[in-house]
Amino acid sequence: MDNKANIDQKYDILIAGVGGQGTVLASRLIAAAAIGQGSFARTSETIGMSQRGGCVVSHVRIGSEKAGSIIPMASADMIIAFELSEAARSLPRLKKGGCCIVNTQIIKPVSASLGTSQYDINKITDYIRDNVGRIHFIDGYAIANEAGSVKAVNVVLLGAAAAAGQMPFSRETIEQAIIENVPQKFRELNQKAFKLGYDCIIKEKSNCS
Amino acid sequence: MGKKLLMGNEAIALGAIKAGVNVVTGYPGTPSTEVLETVAHNNPGDIYVEWSVNEKSAMEVAAGAAYSGARTMVTMKQVGLNVASDPLMSLAYIGVKGGMVVLVADDPGPFSSQTEQDTRHFARFSNLPVLDPATPEEAFEMVRYAFELSELVELPVFLRPTTRVCHACATIDIDDSRAEHKPEGFVKDPKWVIFPSLAYRKHLHIEQLQHKLGEIFSGLDFNKVCGDGKLGIAASGVAYTYAVEALDRLQAQVKVFKVGTPYPLPGAKAEEFLSGLEQVLVFEELDPVLEEELAMLCASTGKNTKILGKKSGNLPFAGEYTFELVYEALAKFLGLQTDAAPKAALPELPVRQPVLCAGCPHRASFYAVKMAMKGQKAVFTGDIGCYTLGNAKPLEMVDTCLCMGAGITVAQGIKRTEPGTQCIAFIGDSTFFHTGIPGIVNAVYNKTDITIVILDNSTTAMTGHQPHPGIGRTMMDSISEKIDIYGVVKACGVKHIARGNPLDLKNSVELIKEAADFKGPSVVIFEAPCIALFKPVVKNTVGENCRKCKKCITEIGCPAISTSDGNVVIEPSLCYGCGLCINVCPFNAIGGSQNG
Repeated sequence: MDNKANIDQKYDILIAGVGGQGTVLASRLIAAAAIGQGSFARTSETIGMSQRGGCVVSHVRIGSEKAGSIIPMASADMIIAFELSEAARSLPRLKKGGCCIVNTQIIKPVSASLGTSQYDINKITDYIRDNVGRIHFIDGYAIANEAGSVKAVNVVLLGAAAAAGQMPFSRETIEQAIIENVPQKFRELNQKAFKLGYDCIIKEKSNCS
Repeated sequence: MGKKLLMGNEAIALGAIKAGVNVVTGYPGTPSTEVLETVAHNNPGDIYVEWSVNEKSAMEVAAGAAYSGARTMVTMKQVGLNVASDPLMSLAYIGVKGGMVVLVADDPGPFSSQTEQDTRHFARFSNLPVLDPATPEEAFEMVRYAFELSELVELPVFLRPTTRVCHACATIDIDDSRAEHKPEGFVKDPKWVIFPSLAYRKHLHIEQLQHKLGEIFSGLDFNKVCGDGKLGIAASGVAYTYAVEALDRLQAQVKVFKVGTPYPLPGAKAEEFLSGLEQVLVFEELDPVLEEELAMLCASTGKNTKILGKKSGNLPFAGEYTFELVYEALAKFLGLQTDAAPKAALPELPVRQPVLCAGCPHRASFYAVKMAMKGQKAVFTGDIGCYTLGNAKPLEMVDTCLCMGAGITVAQGIKRTEPGTQCIAFIGDSTFFHTGIPGIVNAVYNKTDITIVILDNSTTAMTGHQPHPGIGRTMMDSISEKIDIYGVVKACGVKHIARGNPLDLKNSVELIKEAADFKGPSVVIFEAPCIALFKPVVKNTVGENCRKCKKCITEIGCPAISTSDGNVVIEPSLCYGCGLCINVCPFNAIGGSQNG
């Protein structure tokens, strides 16, 4: 996939996860990368009450100066899901032929632990597999742990997204955005997290081919 | 600065700084909070910024500064304006000297609010102009204009973004230039004293200004008419962006009226739009303000144009608008087919409501009260803050929630009706200072036998950890008098006051029992910091003694505890070592280890 910058290219990315997983930083980093190469970017994030362990989604719209900040249904070019069930919940926004990165981490809500709602991992996984053509499952939690902190799961997934080869900017552009936007003391950790996430997908691709 | 990704609230703040704002006040409330914080974080050094004790105080401090010629901005969420409505209504008559922007963020949805009220009504009610941005970049332009307009007409001006403007980001080109505004100072004049005779004259004046404001607005770029034909759409706020995208997808050409100033209606511009139109569909979130204004204009100018929107049933009153909703309504209005994608049925997904964080001291407080009240008839009145989440299963400790400060007073009403019921009110520390104190005075004065539990976590947690009068730190980063909640409660005349750490479960249960047994108003202050204020030292794990009774899950509902392959596990990245689960476990199976 040619990753050369095309500043007019429209590209919509949805990030879905659970409050506390760092989805807001992920969407800001993607937008910063887009701006870094001269594109226009918009985002919209869930901030407030839902951050307390609720569902959170971030919309990133690149090259969409005249668009609203929310990606319409069946329109996202890519979904980066930070949690398995949130991947399924957000799939209706993925466009036909869109690409999906799914962190296989399970975050069981209290309702599922109490038995007032169901979390059927197999059913949900099957649903995602059946409905998305271009999909990458990745154990972001383990990889982030390997990088040094499970808090870096957001950057692991960005690395994976960059490696999936669909984003309208180069790997270097997003790595630069990470360097510029995360605090100095976490820079190394995040660079490592990004690389591990990236390599994981590259490895998967080479195994398939 | 160059091109930057700015959140709508940041754009508003930076726009205000560029406009030379001198004084910024406010009370935190989603989705408005980041405006004031951004001013504070980017303060060149000469702007005074404060979190006020509540919105009424914030509005009045800002008004005083504006009387003195300062450019001022006061920030709040839509329900905060209810609290500040007393000064607002009179201020509309009195007017200002320095430009005053009243930043009120509305919350269609609602996402984090108790109502879906529409601040544009307050604009119409108070006869004050309102600017309604569609995007963060427009909000950036509008705030600067709002100061100029305020000084031109000597009135406060509303800037009313909504959640999808406040919390959306856009690429904004921003330079470092900044207007300098030197306040003249307060000049004594009878015009600052609102007497009935002045109120009458001012009422005449402000009514006369409405037409002038409409004329000014007709000349602004925030209001645009384009296209032609017999069908038209009028749109304001984020609904406009959805409409533009929907028109693009439908490849449709209609006359479009983009309205950035819904009140007063830009009359001349609206007439230009309505000219030659047979039907108009209005897209606006919340209430049909623009729809009504356009219908009234048609009626008063004898136009036959049919105005469609919420009142005609074309669009809903409640909830936020979406692209899909606007697209469908627009296609129907234009008689076009939509390309609705077939929907795949989702599998059953877990319900994921927001919950109290793992380690949150409120969970321990609620659980202690629940244990203390076991077997007794009790009603638990809640309030606004993170602790409203105490209503969820399995705690179920919030029976009522109305508005800021109401937990304490609603409890009194229930007690008067049900004297035999234990009435226990919960209130957070920031809410205590906001509007909680008068309720306590009321209980003491009227000798109402309730128990008030103050959940003091040393911050305004829900909105992102703002300081408040009990913290001893201000938004100017200065140290101030730490206002002691215990001392305030004592001064209010409460005769039974206890304080304790809610994480000490046994002691906490005792404190509640004693307070509830006390005849007359009693107060228990539970003191433990919000988990966001410290790093965990201890992490708990489930050991071999676990019999899988799951009491730790079913009793306290901690999000860090769940089952995996039938075993109870504590997620280490979430655990804060509060130890409530240790207290609940009947088999001593849970233990803490130093976080290494």
